[in-house]
Amino acid sequence: MESYQTYDYDVLVVGAGGSGLRAAIAAMEKGAKVGVVSKSLLGKAHTVMAEGGVAAALRNVRSEDSWQVHFRDTLKGGGMLNNWKMVQNYTQEAPDRVLELEQWGAVFDRTPDGRINQRNFGGHTYPRLAHVGDRTGLEMIRTLQDHAVKLGLNVHMETTLYRLLTNGGAVTGAVGFHRNTGQFLVFRAKAVILATGGLGKLYQITSNSWECTGDGFALASLVGAELIDMEFIQFHPTGMIWPTGVMGILVTEGVRGEGGVLKNAEGKRFMFDNVPDRYKGEFAETEEEADRWLNGDRNARRPPELLTRDVVARAIRKEVNEGRGSPHGGAFLDIASRRSPEYIKKKLPSMYHQFMQLANLDITKEPMEVGPTCHYMMGGVRVDPDTQRTNIPGLYAAGEVAAGLHGANRLGGNSLSDLLVFGRRAGLSAAEYAASQSGTAKVDEAQVNALIDEALEPFTSAGENPFALMQELRTGMQKNAGIMRVEEELATELELLKALKPRIWKAGAPGGREYNPGWHTALDLRLMVEVAEAVVLAARARKESRGGHARLDFPDPDPTFAKLNHIIRRKDGALSVAAEPLPEMPADLKAIAEAKLVTAQGGS
Amino acid sequence: MATVQFKVFRGDKSGGALQDYPVEAQEGMVVLDAIHQIQATQAPDLACRWNCKAGKCGSCGAEVNGKPKLMCMTRLDELDTSQPVTVRPMRTFPVIRDLATDVSWNYEVNKRITPFSPAPNTDWRMQQEDVDRVQEFRKCIECFLCQNVCHVLREHDEKTGFIGPRFLVRVASLEMHPLDTANRLPMLKDAGGIGYCNITKCCTEVCPEHIHITDNAIIPLKERVVDEYYDPVLSFFRRLFGTKKRPVSDAGGQAADD
Repeated sequence: MESYQTYDYDVLVVGAGGSGLRAAIAAMEKGAKVGVVSKSLLGKAHTVMAEGGVAAALRNVRSEDSWQVHFRDTLKGGGMLNNWKMVQNYTQEAPDRVLELEQWGAVFDRTPDGRINQRNFGGHTYPRLAHVGDRTGLEMIRTLQDHAVKLGLNVHMETTLYRLLTNGGAVTGAVGFHRNTGQFLVFRAKAVILATGGLGKLYQITSNSWECTGDGFALASLVGAELIDMEFIQFHPTGMIWPTGVMGILVTEGVRGEGGVLKNAEGKRFMFDNVPDRYKGEFAETEEEADRWLNGDRNARRPPELLTRDVVARAIRKEVNEGRGSPHGGAFLDIASRRSPEYIKKKLPSMYHQFMQLANLDITKEPMEVGPTCHYMMGGVRVDPDTQRTNIPGLYAAGEVAAGLHGANRLGGNSLSDLLVFGRRAGLSAAEYAASQSGTAKVDEAQVNALIDEALEPFTSAGENPFALMQELRTGMQKNAGIMRVEEELATELELLKALKPRIWKAGAPGGREYNPGWHTALDLRLMVEVAEAVVLAARARKESRGGHARLDFPDPDPTFAKLNHIIRRKDGALSVAAEPLPEMPADLKAIAEAKLVTAQGGS
Repeated sequence: MATVQFKVFRGDKSGGALQDYPVEAQEGMVVLDAIHQIQATQAPDLACRWNCKAGKCGSCGAEVNGKPKLMCMTRLDELDTSQPVTVRPMRTFPVIRDLATDVSWNYEVNKRITPFSPAPNTDWRMQQEDVDRVQEFRKCIECFLCQNVCHVLREHDEKTGFIGPRFLVRVASLEMHPLDTANRLPMLKDAGGIGYCNITKCCTEVCPEHIHITDNAIIPLKERVVDEYYDPVLSFFRRLFGTKKRPVSDAGGQAADD
């Protein structure tokens, strides 16, 4: 029998990115005994890669801003599929959460009067993103890390969870292993918060780090938690596309926020021709007007490069498909002709270095070549909008792994403040729930031993190379369930996944238990294939195009689907999809959400 | 494209050796891509720590042809690929396996630094020029390459009496924060061991974030420690009037531009 170490916690937080650390802080402040599990070293989570900023209606740059305008922008950007209560909680609390970071030591860029500066971003009516150059995620994670350490953070670094443990229908812990030693750990916890981030690694071209294998979606689903909106995946319009080795690495939307423009091979700013009906009248109609906006004219409307990410990504794809793409199959992103070299280096320093080092390209002199890259999962674990509780007692979710806030498409900058607002809410409610549970959480030893045996199988299997299987999974998802989807390809992908699954379960991992990436990959794949299936099922069910979900066979939004979320449930091991009506928004909020933007930007 | 020969350290805390691997080079390839190719096709158990592959997380530090680098930001075409490329783990930290080292010492050191300590009822206004320097220090991605090359840690293994450049930078970011009120000078002088640093600037040279570690962080901190403990005139006045934290205007020290 394999031995393992056991740890007891009130609250176990899975993931040490922004939402995990914020949840841990909230739970610790409530007096809970908290343990955090992190696949990486502390401070390396994917949050570190967030660049542009954290959105909150602080009103430091434009006093016309308010939570109501942020509420409206978020819903509009999300194709009105968002959970209205989450959006309300989020937009109302985001400013406090950002100010709190400053009090914990974050040093944001300043306005001339010494307050937190805010920058423009796609889909946001006003400059709303608090930022530190283009390394806002690093600032946020370091601040949360330092503050959590100050409170006595207890973190299990480089530890992967294999499965959640249940007892009497409630989640009571988890089993995992320490990556460095290969030793198993069992966590007994009264409450578990999933803060595991996204699933970008399901796709060939992604801005996500290796960690984003979608663990949380599968861990939750495997114990019966519901997933929602799994068809909505954000392809960020501007990833690097050349050289091939760096394909997918993010080019911050901050480039466009600071005035960068998109051009096709003919040198034309094609976004002027790609304004969707719902945004008509809110964006500049001529280059001259867009230039006036850039120079600070408050009567000019925003340039169309600042449309939402789904719109921009699809516009780039269209230019390429119609033969007007850049040499490596994307579009040109030009800031060199818009801002001085000094300004670019000050405001976008890591973009400057990234292109210099990886592509030998000076962005202060030449345009960048960019194209869509898988960036963010809008869908995920279905949670209560106030407590982040799932349908399984003892299980909570926050951040990218949870769904509801962003609807069909997330606005840039809304993720970082999502992590803060809902990380805190999850931490508070999980700590409260844990306090209401007496004794120690109980786990079933037989369940633990069976799972450990299962996780050790790759060492004795003569099956396929897990890296080759990973490649196959990612290529298939990219081709058949990527940025543009169609029924036949989705059906094909479902068959591919069905065939891939048994091969994945038989994957072999030569070598020892200590720090063995082949073994780690073999186990990651078992979760990834579950998540991929959920994505494809939901994508097939939504026969329309909305936000991050685009169907070639149903190219327009459909009013029927405008009122529906898709829920993925597991019964007897198999996934099924069901449509449910959106929660009804109260009339006063509906009025805010549907308000026409009139005075603020001068235009109609 | 051409095949490039790699020599990669394989082993653990009990020892190991360089092993040969051929890599099919591609345009724009970085060393981390090569390691991944080896992992995927020849040695699935080759251990290597990495995350973002974009120079933002600081996980993949290693010694490439003897030079401390982030593997994800080191292009093959900037190396002499007519000779085999050697990749070894950072030498200052104990090897876990292959290219992954045990950097846990750094996390322990970090806990000993007095965290950010603003005054109660602080007015949170700061001018950009007053935070420029702090922001430079906060660019640190904790790759620990500076710790890896620091002679005090690498050659003399002084890990009990010295916190290393990374954490001198962290202390500087706190000491020079316009709204911080704590005094970390006693720690710097004693447990921090700032006197060990003989400003050879090796740390500055390897910093992938181009932080002026020596000029902007360590030297100003050394000056403060000297003023505090070794200046006879100031010491006399302090005995008369008591000590207090330095005013913000003094925060910059000798500036180097960025």
